[in-house]
Amino acid sequence: MNPVLSDEQVRETVKKFIDHLKDKKAKISHEENWGLKKLKYVIQKKKTGFYYLLEFQAEGSVINNFEIEFQRDERVIRWQTVKLDKFAMEYADRRRKKLNEKSKSE
Amino acid sequence: MSNKTEIRYLSPVDIEKRKQSKYCRFKKMGIQYIDYKDPDFLMRFLNEQGKILPRRITGNSMKFQRRLAISVKRARQLALLPFVGDNLK
Repeated sequence: MNPVLSDEQVRETVKKFIDHLKDKKAKISHEENWGLKKLKYVIQKKKTGFYYLLEFQAEGSVINNFEIEFQRDERVIRWQTVKLDKFAMEYADRRRKKLNEKSKSE
Repeated sequence: MSNKTEIRYLSPVDIEKRKQSKYCRFKKMGIQYIDYKDPDFLMRFLNEQGKILPRRITGNSMKFQRRLAISVKRARQLALLPFVGDNLK
């Protein structure tokens, strides 16, 4: 979810992972770029990182491969995959709507 | 002679009663899911060193304390919250 490098490379990495998911026929429901953020502690001697959030639906075997892909990529310094339960889905839906409204009003 | 050591009060001493009973914020506000992506909110349940506050202070119910702990730990993993820190608040 968060590589540290120049912005062009960031876009490349994100695209690579999205394409990887699309190849495996996963449904991507939401993606969100948080941009450059300060890390609360130092990871690999870096104090800032790009954050990127992906919400998707896929089978377990797909996710296993997806995680291996993260481990192979040196541009990604930290990542996390989280299972969403029904409350989390509700929350994610509401969050998405809020963000959509915000972007419309701006 | 025994009265010397014994302290006697004419009226019963006021023992401070707890004015407000503790309640679970999540139950009251109707929050079902605690988001790990929201460090400002999670910060309310941490002390200055970044430790999770115990239930006896926050008054959370067991169910939500467990979920809170999970999301705090997820946030720590992503460097949204520090594992250790000073003067967070």
